[in-house]
Amino acid sequence: MAELINVSYDTQIPNNVSLSTDRRVLKALERWHPGYITWWKGLGPVGFQESSVYLRTAVSVDPKGWAKFDYVKMPDYRWGILLAPQVDGRTIPCGEHYGQPAWQEVPGEYRSMLRRLIVIQGDTEPASVEQQRFLGKTAPSLYDMRNLFQVNVEEGRHLWAMVYLLQKYFGADGREEADDLLRRQSGSEEAPRMLGAFNEETPDWLSFFMFTYFTDRDGKMQLESLAQSGFDPLSRTCRFMLTEEAHHMFVGETGVGRTIQRTCEAMNEAGITDPYDIDRVRALGVIDLPTIQKKLNLHYTLSLDLFGGEVSTNAANAFNAGVKGRYHEIKIEDDHQLKEATYPVSEFTEGRIEVKDAPALTAINMRLRDDYSADAAGGVKRWNVIISKYNIDYQMKLPHEGFHRQIGVFSAAPITPQGDVVAKEEWDQRRDEWLPSKADGDFIQSLMKPVWETGKYASWIAPPRIGIDNKPGDFEYVQLHMA
Amino acid sequence: MARDLVDTPVKQHLIDPEICIRCYTCEESCPIGAISHDDNNVVVDAAKCNFCMDCISPCPTGSIDNWRVVTNAYSLDEQFQWLDLPDQQKVSASAGEADTTIEALDEAMAALLAEAHQGAGGKATAPASASKPFVNLFNLSHPAEVTVQGNFRLTDESEEMDVRHIILNFDTVKFPVLEGQSIGITAPGSDKNGKRYLPRLYSVSSPRDGERPNTNNLSLTVKREKHGVCSNYVCDLKRGDTVKVTGPFGATFLLPDDPQAKLIMICTGTGSAPFRAFTMRRQRTMPDVEASMHLFFGARTPQLLPYFGPLEKVPVKLLAKHFAYSRIKGCTKEYVQDKLRAAGATIAGLLEEPHTHIYVCGLKAMEAGVDSAFGEIANNAGLNWQEIRDTMREAGRYHVETY
Repeated sequence: MAELINVSYDTQIPNNVSLSTDRRVLKALERWHPGYITWWKGLGPVGFQESSVYLRTAVSVDPKGWAKFDYVKMPDYRWGILLAPQVDGRTIPCGEHYGQPAWQEVPGEYRSMLRRLIVIQGDTEPASVEQQRFLGKTAPSLYDMRNLFQVNVEEGRHLWAMVYLLQKYFGADGREEADDLLRRQSGSEEAPRMLGAFNEETPDWLSFFMFTYFTDRDGKMQLESLAQSGFDPLSRTCRFMLTEEAHHMFVGETGVGRTIQRTCEAMNEAGITDPYDIDRVRALGVIDLPTIQKKLNLHYTLSLDLFGGEVSTNAANAFNAGVKGRYHEIKIEDDHQLKEATYPVSEFTEGRIEVKDAPALTAINMRLRDDYSADAAGGVKRWNVIISKYNIDYQMKLPHEGFHRQIGVFSAAPITPQGDVVAKEEWDQRRDEWLPSKADGDFIQSLMKPVWETGKYASWIAPPRIGIDNKPGDFEYVQLHMA
Repeated sequence: MARDLVDTPVKQHLIDPEICIRCYTCEESCPIGAISHDDNNVVVDAAKCNFCMDCISPCPTGSIDNWRVVTNAYSLDEQFQWLDLPDQQKVSASAGEADTTIEALDEAMAALLAEAHQGAGGKATAPASASKPFVNLFNLSHPAEVTVQGNFRLTDESEEMDVRHIILNFDTVKFPVLEGQSIGITAPGSDKNGKRYLPRLYSVSSPRDGERPNTNNLSLTVKREKHGVCSNYVCDLKRGDTVKVTGPFGATFLLPDDPQAKLIMICTGTGSAPFRAFTMRRQRTMPDVEASMHLFFGARTPQLLPYFGPLEKVPVKLLAKHFAYSRIKGCTKEYVQDKLRAAGATIAGLLEEPHTHIYVCGLKAMEAGVDSAFGEIANNAGLNWQEIRDTMREAGRYHVETY
């Protein structure tokens, strides 16, 4: 146990998996490393590779000293391979092998299934770095810029984590997949990233915050369910990644919260009480609440699509095989095999929304998505607390599950955010009431002016309540390198 | 482990519900299940939490790092209802002051520290950028058991004065300590009236991450006093002996975590302990920051100056050293205040800088001389020392710890 907590620095790659004694994997990773650095420099954050950023680096899996903060140039960041300590006697938590000892090697029959899951997870990590590469240039503060880069380097580390599993357990196929993770590019025509939501550029900071709140939360739920895998190295990898993922949730929740707070503050100062008095609110240099709601609608629904079809045999197979569990599988009290259980699933037939019981086994995605929605609703509730503190009569809401969907039973169904089914024409006509229009995007874009003075923030966002690593308000989170 | 939550003030660990994002990372990392949540809040059970601190570093928000001294712990139900964290209530049984800067919960320790800090001329305040200290994680009824890792004589063997460098190994005991904090040691046994000996405070002389980086140990600098029960006990400790310690104590005499900070450190004898820790900490974390530390150190002779050898090795660009010797044959007696006056121009410049921090540590007797030297230096530069001192103290930039 002790040696698993101690992180070894005797190779180029900090790790707690005894890489120095595993020549084959070490060599494979060292061969992969230069390509990764080239990728980072080419497709990572544009314009700040020489700046010193006050970053957290995971240096241990012991909770007490797991990370240290220091100024680092991003290309010099110590991306390492860290797995949560092995739990003695861990058993497979679900499916037909329930209760058997967890696998320390890949079981042959599930090899391709596992590889696919790891590749999909791995593909999203560099994708989001690519999507966000231009945001540094319009950062509303050095604090936010630092948070962006922290998210970016940790997504990079998560790519390392998945690549390690591929190189260690999947032989030549794994090596090829690892290379492909650097070959595909977000938004590329020839070799796009695997999931749709990861091929759009993140155009502005509100989108970034919404993305980290809603889309990274999908990532969190996926990691949570992979942390329940019977394949122990995958479980341990994901458990440690979740510690870092929490920071991404934090950036999203507080980013949106601070945007809302600044809007409410400015409205109070100007004596505006009507949240729909959009022109006057925008004239204050802040983003009006209805536009923030539209961004929420967009990002939430794109993220729901990431869960796949509500009823899915792939998901059922993965659960049954024990390679992917449910959210908090070990805390659920049932047979963990779902032999008889049912789960309510929405259907959309002949223009009507109905809820029917489906076999719980095939409704795994639906259940995970419901857990996701409940998790996402918590932050929305806290955003509303901010609004009510300023006595403004407005509430943010998660839209109906059928609104603006591209995947699953509601795909392309004309359903409003309130869940009313309307005619296709009406939906098209009213689209801009619910989703950001071109003009909304242009307005937000017009606010994206960089603010790089220490302790200062752009007009549209409030300062954070406390600094990162307890730093004072005027702390220089990024020492800019002006070439 | 249930504890008595009534009457005796306790430090309670709380989570700020306004900042918490409900990621439950703390709950996952708590090894004893002291953290739980409902639909509203994530909360810490005061009856279970043993201050192991495992939850602090994984928290992405900083909301986890909140503490209140209470006579009755907030219940889980109360915490579930909170929209924001309650203010610190006045706790009369602590230091006897209406003061929320809790240096220690043990009355005896709090009194010792309050007396030691008196010389600053007002309420002690921590530097704004200092790391947050933990205090009183271990007390007399629940001390930490640690092992002596080494005991080295610092003063020349030929000298009568015996000052020792003691290294205590904490092994698996979690005892987070900051430079400038102290620990308590009580000599075993009882006095002739059958009363247990009172605990003594010793300033830690190593940085927070140990004598060498990432070693869970700390060092003390202890002078053997002729009739001192505790100092003789500590100075006689042998490698492998077990010692019971309490603390950490002290929440104000701390190092700013700020590369821009300039430090003026003035000490005599074992008062050098915290400055050894300060210097090592800055050497480890900010090795490239130059000309930011000034040490004024007084002793009778170089042979009686603790850490003379190691100090000589610290590069001058990191630490400007001004040694004052009062007993060198054939030389005029020199004290730290003389060295301060000699560096008057530099000091005057530093007094005007907003990032300068002054620390005085040693015997009570040195206070007056140091104070008047600062007065003179300020006067010569057209400044008012009294005003500067008060401003600095209120901003957590002037610190005195004398015994």
